[in-house]
Amino acid sequence: MGAPRGRVIAGLMILPAALLFLAFFVLPLVRLVVAGGAGPDGWAGYGTALADTRHLASLMETLVLSIATTLATLVLGGIPGLFLARNRFPGRTFLVSVLTLPLAFPGVVVGFMVILLAGRQGLIGQVSQLLGGERIVFAYSMAGLFLGYIYFSIPRVVLTVMASAEKLDPQLEEAARSLGASPWRVFQDVILPGLKPALISAGAITFATSMGAFGTAFTLATRIDVLPMVIYTEFTLGVNLAAAAGLSLLLGAVTWAALALARSAAGAGVAAAG
Amino acid sequence: MRKRSLGFWLQLALTLLVSAFLGVPIVQSMLAGVTRNIFVGLKSGLTVDWIDQVLALYWPAILLSIELALGCLAVTLVIGVPAAYGLARAPGRLARLMEEALVLPVAVPGLATALALVVAYNGWGGFRQSAFFILAGHVLFTLPFMVRAVLAVMASSDLATLEEGAASLGAGFVRRFFDVVLPNCRSGILAGALTVVTLSIGEFNLTWLLHTPLTKTLPVGLADAYASLRLEIGSAYTLVFFVLIVPLLVALQLLARPRAARPMPEE
Repeated sequence: MGAPRGRVIAGLMILPAALLFLAFFVLPLVRLVVAGGAGPDGWAGYGTALADTRHLASLMETLVLSIATTLATLVLGGIPGLFLARNRFPGRTFLVSVLTLPLAFPGVVVGFMVILLAGRQGLIGQVSQLLGGERIVFAYSMAGLFLGYIYFSIPRVVLTVMASAEKLDPQLEEAARSLGASPWRVFQDVILPGLKPALISAGAITFATSMGAFGTAFTLATRIDVLPMVIYTEFTLGVNLAAAAGLSLLLGAVTWAALALARSAAGAGVAAAG
Repeated sequence: MRKRSLGFWLQLALTLLVSAFLGVPIVQSMLAGVTRNIFVGLKSGLTVDWIDQVLALYWPAILLSIELALGCLAVTLVIGVPAAYGLARAPGRLARLMEEALVLPVAVPGLATALALVVAYNGWGGFRQSAFFILAGHVLFTLPFMVRAVLAVMASSDLATLEEGAASLGAGFVRRFFDVVLPNCRSGILAGALTVVTLSIGEFNLTWLLHTPLTKTLPVGLADAYASLRLEIGSAYTLVFFVLIVPLLVALQLLARPRAARPMPEE
């Protein structure tokens, strides 16, 4: 194949996707930046919006929630993922299906799952009442949101950890064991380092998805001030375009940076969804 | 069978607990969707009334979601598969940069992208109010999944050699693309297609800002039902959503299984 001709063909094949990307992503983002600076305060509107204590508090809350979700999910998804990849027993396939099924649930459905668990008629409340205590209801609070974010993150962590654990070299482990290493030492010195790239990439996806998640918070309560909810209310109720645009750009930059950092650290393709 | 260690049982217990956390509300919602009265419980009897009501209320939204998913699939196939080929073939930094850029709409939260789209296209009344506006958002969001699924297969099969072989036998580009490239990428295209349809049907974060009262999709209707209608209707509607989406997910899992040794398609 002639190299220049091949290159022209390759370019032509990418062109439609590139045009679509320009028209529906690059251009709108530029328009958003400009529109945010066209408010009554002009470009200073961005500064005012980002320095607003309510916005800063919401940013901090969202960061803390996302970090907590990431740590909890790495443990709650990582251990079952590793376990299912390394053991064979009846019912294993079924457990894998249950743990990966919610992968494509939209945030609103996850919110509804939290309501069914911890809402006013929820299972947790019914059980706690049955046990003689009072009806525990926490779906509509930060704790409910935390539960929801763990819910939609577990499948991603399970899948990533399983895929990575299946590729670990069993000989390394055998070597460590034959040298007298205890199971805990083997885990700490052989398995964990082998899983590190997968854990980093799964953690980054979880963090980014939690930062930007909107549907779950929207279903549970409009009073939880996570960043996406603040952006939404500033845009629809406050019509404060500078704040909505500034916070959106900030949010996008944070999630993109988290994923890009993880990718350069882990070397795997990373993307968020949901 | 060898004796299991204590560690095995502890890990199994945690795995079961986490599975219950994910699985129990799914079962609960499916049951609630067919229970006559959820406050009384299952003894009030089973019924399809709630599902009937959901279909009566939300049929247009369900239909629009299916249409959007199929439209999205068509566009991502026509645009995404050639783009993957171009990216696999084009050498150098520009192509890598392009590959990075195409994934951006997935890395940036849907709400932010939707806000930008609304601000940019607010003046374009006809387009803004049509379902094509939502389609644009869905294509933007799902295209990277199609491109990556196809790229992954292209990278693992030695496409360049195959194509060169065909070229040396006198096959032109069009012939090579349709007779050599596409058949060899079948598994990637299928995985990409299933992912695109699944994601489009469930997309909410973008769609909520992009939709108008006349272009409500299934998840927009779900949010509406959860907020304003009784628990049974919300559950029945969720059941309808599961019926649509679970077969797609199962197909994706079956497709991924025999390829477990190769790089995973879900990225």
